[in-house]
Amino acid sequence: MTRTDKTPFILLGALVVLLAVGPFLPKWLFLLTMSLGKGLVVLGLVVLLRTGLVSFGQGLYYCVGAYAVGSLSQFASVRNALLLLLAGTLVAAILATALGFLLANYRGIFFAMLTLALSMIVYGLLVKTSALGSTDGFNVAPASLLGKTISGQGNQYPIFALACIVAFVAAVLTNSYLWTALGQLSSAIRDNEIRVEYMGASVRSAIHTKYVLAGALAGLGGAVTALTIGHIDPEMAYWTTSGEFVFVAILGGTGSVIAPFLGAIIFEFIRTYAYQYSPNTWQLVLGTAMLLVIIFLPAGLWSAFARLRRRT
Amino acid sequence: MAVILNTKGLCKSFGAVTAAAGISIAVEADSVVGLIGTNGAGKTTFVNMVTGYLKPDAGDILFKDRDITELHPRDITRLGICRSFQIPQLYDSLTVFENLVIALGIRDRNVHGSVFSRTFKLVPAANPLVVGAAEKSMQRFGLLEYRERAARVLPEGVRKLLDIAMALVSEPEVLILDEPTSGVSADEKFTIMDMVMGAVRSHGCTVIFVEHDMEIVTRYSQRIVAFYEGRILADGKPGDVLSNEQVQTYVIGGLRSLGTAAPGVSHA
Amino acid sequence: MNEFLAVLVDGLIYSSWLFVIALGLTLIYGVMKILNMAHGSFYALGAYAAASMVGYWLNRGHAPMASYGILIIAAVLVGLIAGPLVERGLLRFMYGRDEMVLLLVTYALFLILEDVIKLIWGVNPYFVSEPYSLLGTIDVANLTYPYYNFILIGVAVLAGGAVALVLQYTRQGKLLLAVIHDREVSLAMGINVSRFYLVTFTVGTALAAIGGALTAPTVSVVPGMGVEVIVLAFAVVVIGGLGSLQGAALGALIVGLVRSAAVHYLPQVELFCIYTVMALVLIFRPKGLFAAAEVRKI
Repeated sequence: MTRTDKTPFILLGALVVLLAVGPFLPKWLFLLTMSLGKGLVVLGLVVLLRTGLVSFGQGLYYCVGAYAVGSLSQFASVRNALLLLLAGTLVAAILATALGFLLANYRGIFFAMLTLALSMIVYGLLVKTSALGSTDGFNVAPASLLGKTISGQGNQYPIFALACIVAFVAAVLTNSYLWTALGQLSSAIRDNEIRVEYMGASVRSAIHTKYVLAGALAGLGGAVTALTIGHIDPEMAYWTTSGEFVFVAILGGTGSVIAPFLGAIIFEFIRTYAYQYSPNTWQLVLGTAMLLVIIFLPAGLWSAFARLRRRT
Repeated sequence: MAVILNTKGLCKSFGAVTAAAGISIAVEADSVVGLIGTNGAGKTTFVNMVTGYLKPDAGDILFKDRDITELHPRDITRLGICRSFQIPQLYDSLTVFENLVIALGIRDRNVHGSVFSRTFKLVPAANPLVVGAAEKSMQRFGLLEYRERAARVLPEGVRKLLDIAMALVSEPEVLILDEPTSGVSADEKFTIMDMVMGAVRSHGCTVIFVEHDMEIVTRYSQRIVAFYEGRILADGKPGDVLSNEQVQTYVIGGLRSLGTAAPGVSHA
Repeated sequence: MNEFLAVLVDGLIYSSWLFVIALGLTLIYGVMKILNMAHGSFYALGAYAAASMVGYWLNRGHAPMASYGILIIAAVLVGLIAGPLVERGLLRFMYGRDEMVLLLVTYALFLILEDVIKLIWGVNPYFVSEPYSLLGTIDVANLTYPYYNFILIGVAVLAGGAVALVLQYTRQGKLLLAVIHDREVSLAMGINVSRFYLVTFTVGTALAAIGGALTAPTVSVVPGMGVEVIVLAFAVVVIGGLGSLQGAALGALIVGLVRSAAVHYLPQVELFCIYTVMALVLIFRPKGLFAAAEVRKI
């Protein structure tokens, strides 16, 4: 009895559809690209969420990834989009590895608060660093890849396509990780750490690995965002930014690696249009939606979707 | 017979409470040892120390002549000592099947050990070997009918069985059962012990179990160690230990001895 | 020496402000095991309510000296209205669920309240500086301090003292201590835990609102003023130990003095140092400076 996971195929289908349909929806490309970038951060959060850990500080890596891209672009004139994305991811991963040694000791509220504090420390540092533009941040020059300009200005299809491919690869790899013996430990750790240790696995090292993965994904997301918007600022590390990622993670649920991206797309669309029509009730809508999900659909929207599929 | 597990002078105190005052037990390979004693006598503390959950204040623990005193539970499990718990430690939100699959997955990883998991596949699928082993385990312990039920909703006896089944997943050389039949109805007790002993003894395993039920202890153990206030009162054949006067007073007839001085302090 | 005295005075004032806010937060956590992310929103509500009421009072030409009482009254009103509304209307249904779920619920609440404030009071800043300047100033160590700032210290001492006295010496206080220790056992003993939760949350909210109300005359009251307060309050409470009153006091003192020193000597690290202290405490004393004993699990 082998149950093959269909997720990689669904993701491939989604990739093909997006790439094919993209050129016909020029007005939506920016929004979609932004969603994919945020979706990457949320994907990392979901890996942690499955383990029972809520990080209120993913903004740290989101910001670090973006600033890595910005700095390389601004101070070293690196223009290769792939190189920039890789750099953003790597810098975030290295930082996550270092901070992970500390954070793997905490759970629940303390974990959440410590991640929040760490991201606020980075925020504070950036705000006071005039070389990096302080609160204003600075602009990121358009990147290029294979002769095409990768930027959120002008023709947005190249960056959209790049974001789609990057998100696809990240989602497939993360999904495979979640199916491995260590990946499956997430729910076990959440339920009973003592039993996990007694089974012969290290809870600490499993959590550390997941944290690094989450950090790397957030860094990648930040790098994508930096290239798309063309501007970075310390606000990316402020705790309310991290809160948004948490919201999307709760909204989408932890049931699948597809959920973060769907959740992010829904979020970005609602945010853009809600903001246009009523900027003073945007957070009200968010908060209420979050409460409704927590109360009625604790496993997120994806669980409702999965339930429907099972019934048909 | 070779001594597989040897503890020498284990001591452990929690503030003013002495849970262990020089516990020395040499367990022979392939034997079945029962640990008895009133609540608070130090049996679970002993188990916790042997399995690495607690560090003794003094003393050594040797497994096949290797010092495991300072080792962590996960290392001790990997070496071949597994335990079940007084209160079953399960993954409550997961099904019986999933509980076993996770246990088998980790065991597989420990056995084949690698930095990059050999279970990493771009198109993931359930591992038929793991699934097969899980099915076999469920069959052996009568858990098949509970396959898709979440651990949280299982009756206590079934939880105990699952707890023990998960401990046996790594095919340990020493299995320690902490009160395997506590909280289980009288008629189920023997069923559970028969099932466990049958599964375990078939491939040569040393069993140490903590029990309060004297019938169970008499039926299944080849040797009994009686604990009292952190010390060993008696250690030997079931008949001898259970007819020992002190054991009768301080362990079996527990309530009757309230108000009497502890052994070795004074003679009333 | 003068500089040092200035750091001390500034630190004490800031610590008092932090303490009043953190006291409510730690009380709510200690009793209800909820880390209230919306605490800063109640702070903001207090500030807005105070600004509105004092503004109204002064516009009508009433006695300016009464404005201090109005500030407190406004804050208490916020506590008495918002507290029970939130506790009975929302939190009550979430008890028993995981700490993290409750944290997220309070986060959702924070989002909602931020917009509720904008809907009621609009986005323009409010100014109500008369109470601040009315009492005049005093010169300490070549620096001028409005007397008003010392009200904060007084309120902090009063609030801390009151809570401590109630917990230690009144019957209700002792019952509350029982609830703090073990909710289930308290319920089994017949203690009306539900009522204690309501009262605690109301008091905690009122304290946050008082913090906001007292701050209102010293700043321009704007949307989003509660956002940074939350993180500061967390830092204080975590440093001192969640649920500990002495911890909140000590944490407030530490954070207040550290920040004051930073502002005077190395302004660049102001934001940085507060969170660093919090991170450091979490690293070396994960449960805070006044931590409770841990129970055996297996």
